[in-house]
Amino acid sequence: MGRSLLDWRGWTGFLAIGFILLVVLPLMNAWAAPGSAFSLPNYLVPLLGKYACYAILALSLDLVWGYAGILSLGHGAFFALGGYCMGMYLMRQIGTRGVYGNPILPDFMVFLNYKELPWFWHGFDHFWFAAPMIVIVPSLLALALGWFAFRSRVTGVYLSIITQAMTFALLLAFFRNDMGLGGNNGMTDFKDILGFSVQADGTRAVLCFASAVALAIFLVIAGAVVGSRFGKALTAVRDAESRMRFLGYRVEGYKLFVFVLSAAMAGVAGALYVPQVGIINPSEFSPGNSIEAVLWVAVGGRGTLIGPVIGAFIVNFGKTWLTGALPEVWLFALGAMFIAVTLFLPRGVVGLWSQIRTRGATRKARVPA
Amino acid sequence: MSMTEQRSTSALLYLSGVTVSFDGFKALNNLSLLVEPGEMRAIIGPNGAGKTTMMDVVTGKTRPDEGEVVFDGRADLTKLDEADIATLGIGRKFQKPTVFENHTVRDNLLLALAGLRSWYRLLLAVPTKAENDRLDEILSIIRMGPQQHMLGARLSHGQKQWLEIGMLLAQDPKLLLVDEPVAGMTDVETETTAHVLQEINRTHSVVVVEHDMSFVRALGVKVTVLHEGSMLAEGTLDQVSADPRVVEVYLGR
Repeated sequence: MGRSLLDWRGWTGFLAIGFILLVVLPLMNAWAAPGSAFSLPNYLVPLLGKYACYAILALSLDLVWGYAGILSLGHGAFFALGGYCMGMYLMRQIGTRGVYGNPILPDFMVFLNYKELPWFWHGFDHFWFAAPMIVIVPSLLALALGWFAFRSRVTGVYLSIITQAMTFALLLAFFRNDMGLGGNNGMTDFKDILGFSVQADGTRAVLCFASAVALAIFLVIAGAVVGSRFGKALTAVRDAESRMRFLGYRVEGYKLFVFVLSAAMAGVAGALYVPQVGIINPSEFSPGNSIEAVLWVAVGGRGTLIGPVIGAFIVNFGKTWLTGALPEVWLFALGAMFIAVTLFLPRGVVGLWSQIRTRGATRKARVPA
Repeated sequence: MSMTEQRSTSALLYLSGVTVSFDGFKALNNLSLLVEPGEMRAIIGPNGAGKTTMMDVVTGKTRPDEGEVVFDGRADLTKLDEADIATLGIGRKFQKPTVFENHTVRDNLLLALAGLRSWYRLLLAVPTKAENDRLDEILSIIRMGPQQHMLGARLSHGQKQWLEIGMLLAQDPKLLLVDEPVAGMTDVETETTAHVLQEINRTHSVVVVEHDMSFVRALGVKVTVLHEGSMLAEGTLDQVSADPRVVEVYLGR
């Protein structure tokens, strides 16, 4: 465990995935003859883009869980907050094309008899304002929560419960109509992003591509962080926190930085996700979503960076396929997967690979003895 | 009590009237203790005498209910946390060897190396030539050069003890607190450890908590006997061994 992305095996895996996502898939979508075996149908493009967003969420979770030992059961909240920031921008782009044709107020506000835009909506009509907010809002929440939790030395299961409570509290808050964020219906019926129609195939392909690029960039950032001396100290905090304190490290700073970085990544993932699925509503805050993300990390291999990315793709392909083929089975499959991974694959799919390798190596080593 | 007089001494570690109670049980009861710069002190006492609590108080893990704990004549340790105290120059070796299992021997030493501690500076830090030289030096002192790229988890018990001593050298504290260093060691290893501590004591002050009498005898230093959270006797091992109160609570059993 804890193998850095920066060694050559990590890099090969990363380059292979990056190559497929960034080069092969767009080519298959744009130039392969429709109907041929190599053609990537248009309906798969937003699906892949969605998975890339999930993969970023899994990666961000691995950064805190795999490398800092912070099992967040509320990472979906950061994802959803980023999504809401993007949703607010997209709502303001609708302009007079809404059902009520109000140039300023989104439809749900007209419906709820709002007379003017709530203060926190100002600026969201500009992308230059919304874009930094996508990072800032989740980061501030993570900073506030982490500040109090880490300073009070809340760790382990108690910290997990706090993160779970946080996302549940936000779920309840965002359900309320007077939050001014669309209540339980959330925000939808988006028209344009940066002047391009969100429905157009070209825009969808670009969004899918952007998600893959973001995933690649975050993999590099996460790899650099865990491969640095900071990363060494961070995993040492994970393994023996009090020992690090007695060595003179102020462990709160380490945890807080990585928690905020992780929240920012999750926020970007949520923001890329919303235009591709066309809706953001409070169900994104539901604790089940965050727990599912933990499963992606566990399936792929905690503390490997690349593993959670693979895990997110595997589990979500399975989910898409199974909820289509046998919808009633999905939840049981999810539960069975959780048990199977815990029992048989404690280090996930990536761990299985190295397990096979070391087993082979020890067998070879035993023969001459 | 001549408190002001004692404070003006050049003591490296000064405890006065320290009391710690857990749910009414006094783990430390009005304990006073002085350790001079350059000194090595052995602390003995039966189970529950307060030895580990005393270490916890000095390293900031436990806050005393009453009393003064002063380091180096200026730092009030009751107001500082573990990281501050470690930075001031107090190192601690635990009873059970605690090395970082998922880090290599060299990285273990690098983490312990005195100097960089803040997260934002470590993000971009690369080990300097001076740091690498110091690591090589320590690796040769603890004779673990060939194992420097081995993970901590794969070391034997003895190797972990050595690595931990190397980490303490890297940390370079003014005062070293050592908790039962020879627990689970063979006679030969015990003897070697006594030599190593004497070697370390040339440049560092050391406080050793130990049960093993032959080890304490081998150290040949001033001994403090703790009993029920207070100091019972102090002197050479022969002096305290001859003290009837000590015999009664500890050696006589």
